[in-house]
Parts: sequence; C-alpha cells; structure tokens
Amino acid sequence: MNIVEPALKSQFSSAFDVERVRADFPILKLQIEGKPLVYLDNAASSQMPQSVIDRLVRYQTTQHANINRGVHYLSETATAEYEGSRRKLQAFINAREDREVIFTSGTTDSINLVMHGYGRKFVGAGDEIILTTLEHHSNIVPWQMLAEEKRAKIRVVPINDAGELLIDEYEKLFNERTKFVGVMHVSNALGTINPVKQMIEFAHSRGVPVLVDGAQAAPHMKVDVQDLDCDFYAFSGHKLCGPTGIGILYGKAELLECMQPFKGGGDMILSVTFEKTVYNTIPHKFEAGTPPIAAAIGLGAAVDYLSAIGLDAIAAYELELLNYATEQMNDLAGVRIIGTAAIKTAVLSFEVRGVHPHDIGTLLNQEGVAVRTGHHCVQPVMLRLGVPATTRASFAFYNTMAEVDIFIASLCTVQKIFI
Amino acid sequence: MNSKSLYQEVILDHNKKPRNYGTLDNATHHAVGHNPLCGDHLDIELHLDGERIDQIAFHGESCAICKASASMMTTVVKGKARADAETLIQEFRDMAVGKLDIESPHHLGRLTVFAGVRDLPTRVKCAILPWHTLHAALNSVNITSTEAEDDPMHAAIGDA
Ligand SMILES: Cc1ncc(COP(=O)(O)O)c(C=O)c1O
Repeated sequence: MNIVEPALKSQFSSAFDVERVRADFPILKLQIEGKPLVYLDNAASSQMPQSVIDRLVRYQTTQHANINRGVHYLSETATAEYEGSRRKLQAFINAREDREVIFTSGTTDSINLVMHGYGRKFVGAGDEIILTTLEHHSNIVPWQMLAEEKRAKIRVVPINDAGELLIDEYEKLFNERTKFVGVMHVSNALGTINPVKQMIEFAHSRGVPVLVDGAQAAPHMKVDVQDLDCDFYAFSGHKLCGPTGIGILYGKAELLECMQPFKGGGDMILSVTFEKTVYNTIPHKFEAGTPPIAAAIGLGAAVDYLSAIGLDAIAAYELELLNYATEQMNDLAGVRIIGTAAIKTAVLSFEVRGVHPHDIGTLLNQEGVAVRTGHHCVQPVMLRLGVPATTRASFAFYNTMAEVDIFIASLCTVQKIFI
Repeated sequence: MNSKSLYQEVILDHNKKPRNYGTLDNATHHAVGHNPLCGDHLDIELHLDGERIDQIAFHGESCAICKASASMMTTVVKGKARADAETLIQEFRDMAVGKLDIESPHHLGRLTVFAGVRDLPTRVKCAILPWHTLHAALNSVNITSTEAEDDPMHAAIGDA
C-alpha cells in the first residue's frame, strides 16, 4: 500500500497562493468528525467566499426592494444592482451585449428555457437533435420531452473508453433533418473537456445552432462565448462560488429575439389586455416574475471574486492538483480511475476493487473528506463504461496538495478496512 | 456518530462472506428490492412451509451495509414463523430510523450492530432494503415486472 510522504507536497512550488485563497472561505475551517474538512465535492456545488456572503448581507440589509417597479430609492437601487450584476456576467463570459445574458434559476432552468423557447418553435416531426453520451440528465430529459411531443429524434455522439467524444462520429450524425445540437463543455462525471469550439464550427457549417452546457466549465476556465461562437451557453451560480437558485443563459440576441417566452407573467410583458399581450424585449421577455434578486447580485460578486484571482491562474493551479492526485491514485493497487481523457478538469471518478462507492463515501466522510458517490446524474455514461456507480473527487482552486494526501491516505484506510 | 463503528467486524465479515447467498430451486415467494438512489438491487427468494420460513436466499448488487444486512437477516429469519419475521422487520425498520429504544425489550439481538445507521440518513435505506424486500416477498408482492410469463418463479408465486 502506498505511504504518502509529506515531502512530496513540497515538490510543488506553485505561484498560486492557496492559503490566502482558503482564508476567504469560512466553511473550509469546519471540522467534520473531528477532522478538518477536505471538501472534494465541488462539481456538485462549490463553497462561497466571505465577499459573496457579505454582498448578500449588504444587499439584504441596505438595498432590498422589488426591481423594475417602484420609483422609490430602494427599488431603484435594487434594480441598478441587479442590472449591474448582469453586466458583470456579460463581461465574465465576454458576451457582446448585456441583453444576451438571462438570469435563470440554474443550468437546468436555462436548458429548459431553450427547449421551450427555441425547440418547441423550430423542431418538428422527423427532425433530429444531436446530444452526446456524456450529457448530464438535465441536457437529456428536456430534449426527450421535446422529441416525444414533436415526434423528433435524438441522435447520440458516442465516446471512447477514456470518456472522450468521437468527433468523427459526431460529424457523421449530421443530415438535413438535424435541427439542434446540445453538448456539455466539461463532463461532470469524468472531467473530459470537450472540443466544443470545433464542434460548434462544424454544426454552423451545416446551419445548426448549438447549446453548450457550461455548468462544469465556467468555474474552471476562461469562457468566451464570442470566441466559441456558441448560440446558447448555460451555467449555474452555485458551482461558481455563488448562491443557489441562480444561473445564466447566454443566447445570441437574434436567436433570443425570435424565441417564444418560456414562462408567462409579470415583467416579461410590455402590455397586457385579454385580447393581446405584447412581450417585453430581451432579456426581460425571459425573466417572468420577481427573480432571485439577492442571488443574482451575489453571483455578480462571485464572478468579481473569481476574476480577481484570474480564471487562467485557477485553471493552471487545478491542473497541478489533478496531475498530483492522478499520480497518487495510479500508485494505489485496486483503484481504477474512470475517465482518462487527455484534456480534462480536476475531476477524478474512480472505483476501488471490492468496495461499493457508498461505503467509500461514508468512510471517507469519517476522515473529513467529502466526495460524491453514485451515478452523478449521467446514467448513460455509467452504462457505456460498464460501472454501476463511481466515487468522485472533484477539486477547486481552494483545495491543496496536502488535502490530496489526506484523500489518498483515507482511501488506503478504506482499503484496509475491506481487506 | 462514528461511521467507522458501523463498519464493525461482523458487518465486514457478512459483506465478504454473505450467508445464504444465491438462489433457491423451490422458492414459493420472491421479491426484488431496488434502491433508486444508487441503483442497487436485491433479490430475495423464500420457501415457506406453511407459516414457517423454511429456506431463504438472496443475491444482488449492493453496498456492504445492504449486503451484510441481508446476510444477517437471512440467518435470523430462517426457520422462523412468518409472524415473527414480520415483527423483526418492524423492529429493524424502527431501529434504523431511530424510533426503537434499544434499551427496551426487542428481538433484534446482534442485528443492533446496524443501530448506527440512524445517524447516517443517506445510509438508512441501504440497511432497510433487505427487510423491505423480505416483507414484499412474504406478502407475495412481486415487483419483478420485467420477468417473462413463463418464468418458473412466476408460476411458483402464482401457486403460493
Ligand atoms: C454538466 C452539468 N449540467 C447541468 C447540471 C445541472 O445544474 P443545476 O442543478 O444547477 O441546474 C449540472 C449539475 O450537476 C452539471 O454538472
């Protein structure tokens, strides 16, 4: 069995000041079962820095009222902060205009918006939608609902054993009935970074729009929607050091404008009579009802925080974490990494021979280590790779090499218990 | 609670060497239990001689807690009357969700090694699944809807 030498850690003389970053996250000071928390469930949800917590408190303490309504001070302040946050998100993903950035409740909501607003209008009987084997259930189920309603067909891009998309096969799936492509930027279960720019370029050469599920990409790399030239880009606030209940749908203005609204109600209209309702302009057309104002402003603070550190610095440091953890894990007999793409984010799904993921998860928790176990909302991936479930350690920029060591040592403890 | 204490020797042993693991040729009752949360599943087959559980076997895909719970359950209910098994099922369920006072009289014996799951809400289902499935089997609630009509097990259950 592998004994982890503390000396190994010092090999890494990263310029990234992780201890300073960690000081920003109050939750990382927690003790679990008497041990320091080692939070490796970042792909499920990330933690929130003090600056975002403070922003939520400041909003709620001094700025809250409903937006787009009153002429009074608080309403104007809240509206200005909410729209200010939209502009921060616009800059974060380099969207051309702020009206291309729609606040939703999260990635799932964003994808459903596109399915209802675009899919129901432009996909018909016999048409085809291309998805990939890697997709999260949230980028499968809405399209299945649409396919059922419209009698359209779903075509699926296969993967290899490493968990990489077969791009040749993707290109072969296109025909004159292809109306839409949905693809995730980064796999939540395996960490694979998909060549979405190339895939978008190909789809566009066939006149087909592409939605990118960026839930696992936006927190870990610089995203530039103009460079990608994607038609839609969806992500969640809570995986991005922001609050739950908020997310983003980026859409090209010309597409958003021709789409049907998803939800009807207040704020999304210009005028209502019982004879005729005139919809508001984008983005408001897609933001019916009172939005989660505090969460939207909190998300703005979260992207301020991440941008100050720099997404490139975050990506570089997380790659070091990944390489170190992968190396350590490969040294463990009886442990197999699931998802070995050449280009991936700091996600390690794995199996331990003879030990069920649930037991691993419970025992790692005993060591203070938080991981996810199960099918990770990607049952087709599990089926394709022939594993019923995995354990997944997913890292963030506030994780340390020392935490990798604790994680690996805890896995050794699990193996000993089950010998 | 200390989750390590849940993984006691007896549980680890039953996980590694499950008792009554396999199938019965002459089952009169059968049920399959699923844990949709993790995809685990468990088959339980019984042979009832009148009101008595004459033989019992299980197999399936599951975590250590579930497998050990199933294994120990089979050793405990084998030879018992159906009514006694139902009492154990009720007591085990109550224990797993923390409703049973371990100090007051009960019939669980060494099954109390599973008492710790009450502090691990996500694992309660793992421990209870075999007992739910046994209850279903005893009551001939057969949920193997995918099985073919000519499956001998189906005929056997029809007779039961
Ligand atoms: C790739 C991917 N897409 C979509 C989602 C759904 O995100 P949310 O639950 O925030 O809507 C997730 C979250 O697990 C994800 O990892």
